[in-house]
Amino acid sequence: MTPRWICVAALIVSGLLSVSAHAETIQVTIDKLVFAPTEITAKVGDTIEWVNKDILAHTATATNKDWDVMIGPKQTSKLVLRKAGAVDYFCKFHPNMKGRVTVAP
Amino acid sequence: MIVKLTAGLAALCLLTGAAFAQGGAKPTDPQIAHIAYTAGQLDIEAAKQALAKTKNKDVKAFADDMVRDHTAVNKQALALVKKLKVTPEDNDTSKALTKAAADKRAELAKLNGAAFDKAYVVNEVAYHKTVNGALETLLIPSANNPELKSLLQTGLKIFQGHQQHAEHVAAELK
Repeated sequence: MTPRWICVAALIVSGLLSVSAHAETIQVTIDKLVFAPTEITAKVGDTIEWVNKDILAHTATATNKDWDVMIGPKQTSKLVLRKAGAVDYFCKFHPNMKGRVTVAP
Repeated sequence: MIVKLTAGLAALCLLTGAAFAQGGAKPTDPQIAHIAYTAGQLDIEAAKQALAKTKNKDVKAFADDMVRDHTAVNKQALALVKKLKVTPEDNDTSKALTKAAADKRAELAKLNGAAFDKAYVVNEVAYHKTVNGALETLLIPSANNPELKSLLQTGLKIFQGHQQHAEHVAAELK
């Protein structure tokens, strides 16, 4: 790695750190095919962390197609919220599983 | 056509219903494990037939889900019986379920296109309804081992989801 690239990398890392310093992580648990809590509120820059306790694979898929997160069996997946607004989401594999995120600017 | 389908469905309900009614005595844990595993395998086979025949993307997605979920649950079931040192025991209910599923597969094999899709999904609704009913009223209350009971309860939640998914796909096909 050239010194220039190290500088760029350092800038990116410090940029990420400064964002995450103010941002929160909101946890949503998936247990027996239920997103809990079903509805959450967050701010732009916050992270949603889905903790899948099931033995099945799930997804958190926005109905407006903004994001589509795969959460493997007994795995945790994260998503950083980039846009303000209310988003309904569901699991592609189990469409009766539903949740909602309201993102404040 | 509709009369024929409905008659076929009624026959399956009677058969599977009878499967669970047989014997009268409460099934033992080794029998319950065998019934639950068999019911899952039969739904995987039904899904594989659908995947080979269907061109409908909703039906394909549903069948993919059935293979993925029932494989995951049965893998867990095998791990549990191994841990508990229980040998699943074949029984009349498992045999009747297997026979009913084989008959249904043969019937579905003769159908194609939209007629197949409809018949497959309608049968999936009925099949999950029957199995879920049996889990709720017979298999879960009869299970002695708490870990087996807990896995059956998790299975019930999953299969209730499948039933709703199948009902949704069935409504879309109309």
